[in-house]
Amino acid sequence: MAFIKKISNMPLYLLAIILLIFTGLPYFLMVSSSFKSQLEFMTSPWSLPKDFTLESYSVVLSSNFLRYFGNSLIVSAVSVVIVIVISAMASYPLARIKFKLNRPIFILFLIGMMIPIHTTLIPIYLLTINIGLYDTIWGLIGPYVAFAIPVSVIIFTQFLQDIPAELEESAKIDGCGQFRLFWKILFPLLKPAVATVAIYNFIHIWNEFIFALVLTNSKENATLPLGLREFYGEFSVNVPGIMAALTLGSLPLLLVYFVAQEKIVKGIAAGSVKG
Amino acid sequence: MKTTIRQLPTASVPVSVVSKKKMTSKIKQGLVIGGFLAPALLVYGIFVLYSIVMTFYYSLFDWSGIDNSFEFIGLQNYIELLHDELFWASLKNNLLLVFSSLLTQLPLGLIMALLLFSPIKGMRFFRSVYFMPFLMSTVAIGILFTFMYDGNFGIVNRILGLLGLESLQRAWLGNEDTAIWAVIATICWQYAPFYMVLFRAAIVGIPEELYEAAMIDGANSRQRFFKITLPLLMPTIVTSSILSIIGSLKYFDLIYVMTGGGPNNSTELMATYMYEETFTNFNMGYGSSISFSMFLIALVITVIIVFSEQKRKGGS
Repeated sequence: MAFIKKISNMPLYLLAIILLIFTGLPYFLMVSSSFKSQLEFMTSPWSLPKDFTLESYSVVLSSNFLRYFGNSLIVSAVSVVIVIVISAMASYPLARIKFKLNRPIFILFLIGMMIPIHTTLIPIYLLTINIGLYDTIWGLIGPYVAFAIPVSVIIFTQFLQDIPAELEESAKIDGCGQFRLFWKILFPLLKPAVATVAIYNFIHIWNEFIFALVLTNSKENATLPLGLREFYGEFSVNVPGIMAALTLGSLPLLLVYFVAQEKIVKGIAAGSVKG
Repeated sequence: MKTTIRQLPTASVPVSVVSKKKMTSKIKQGLVIGGFLAPALLVYGIFVLYSIVMTFYYSLFDWSGIDNSFEFIGLQNYIELLHDELFWASLKNNLLLVFSSLLTQLPLGLIMALLLFSPIKGMRFFRSVYFMPFLMSTVAIGILFTFMYDGNFGIVNRILGLLGLESLQRAWLGNEDTAIWAVIATICWQYAPFYMVLFRAAIVGIPEELYEAAMIDGANSRQRFFKITLPLLMPTIVTSSILSIIGSLKYFDLIYVMTGGGPNNSTELMATYMYEETFTNFNMGYGSSISFSMFLIALVITVIIVFSEQKRKGGS
């Protein structure tokens, strides 16, 4: 019986493995060629590396890579913190207080999810030049925060609606002001939503490309995606070097993913399903 | 003394004070609402709402963006756009992307999600690997796949060789007929895992009892899929379709990195065309009219989908 059951599962395994190769192969090729010497890559580009060498990694790490990495880290972290604070605040009246403009404002935020960022690119480019933030990593934070607001407000609003109202009322009776009430009582309860919002936006901002392309110019202020492209131009003959850079650039999100798998998956679902 | 003075007004003229109190509490409430909303509205207002209005404003000018030429020409840019073959070609590519995304990413995502609920062992491992493409930056994917599609040493040609299909080998991205399909395949690789996550979340939410009841009634697995799983996944399929359509209309990064819109504009999209016109050819006015058209197209399609979905919901 066990044998028969195994046979009936065979097509499933076959399909699962085909999809595994489909999704995993590019990753595998990237990592494996990053351990090859240039010579070995030239002679046998896609076979397994025979003698592992970390040479490409030391070349990449001694270049501008860490600079790009650091820039991305700063921009992503600062943007995510600001998004969390201002989106959580905005969600409070939207989820808890009845007022005339409640629904229109919520819809106004919702629309943001549908807007192609390219529609805002030229005005933001000109604005960034005018306020003197062109070609600085700080100029990226405004647009990153703005485009992260819609999804974050939706997630926070849903979470806030699930918190019982009695909690707030008893705090109000004790004479707690509404700002203090929000930060001291409600915000700590929003921890799961904060994690979701943080991870969801971190993935997007870490990989963002077009704003970084348009709003910065010099190498010192390049983020990681721009830096990778830079490598591609510079190293075009050194394929293992490029592959090492791509591998290192993908590492942070993979690490975050393996640490917080469930949270990421939940976050993406929560961030999209109501869109 | 102090306490008596304080208590006096409320005790002697209660009515007016209460209404005044009500007024002040209403103002207070307004201040609270405004205070909480202000930071988000400010940032969103400047970078999204104001920017959209300004894009429309700039699109009414003949303007290079670098010198002082700033001539009002009304809707001239849009008229020109309607006669611009390159714009139509790029819109066509965007629509091709929309349909191929719907037909590949969603089914593939659904298959992966369903597989994760089948009795195969090592589900966690499969799930982790399936999801990984979504975590790689688009630029990294673009570079990686450019090497894979390479005519001389690319793995794609290598695999075709191993399968005895040498006649199909070519420089995939250098060929006008294949470049767009090579890019579409890459986009599918990148986004199928995203839809897998959405579908998986939706399938988890389907109550187990429904399947148990169906099994008692003698429904086979195919019937269970078409009568229970698929109908209950409908809202997720609709949401996924909206996301896929909107995403395909504003696609940029991968094309920019892999082909730059070439060869011979065969992979040009509205966004890459807009970028070129604005930042390479310095036609900022014309670029703005392309951007604003992208916005209008996305808006119209969203409105159509949302309305037809509401009609569908209301009808059933």
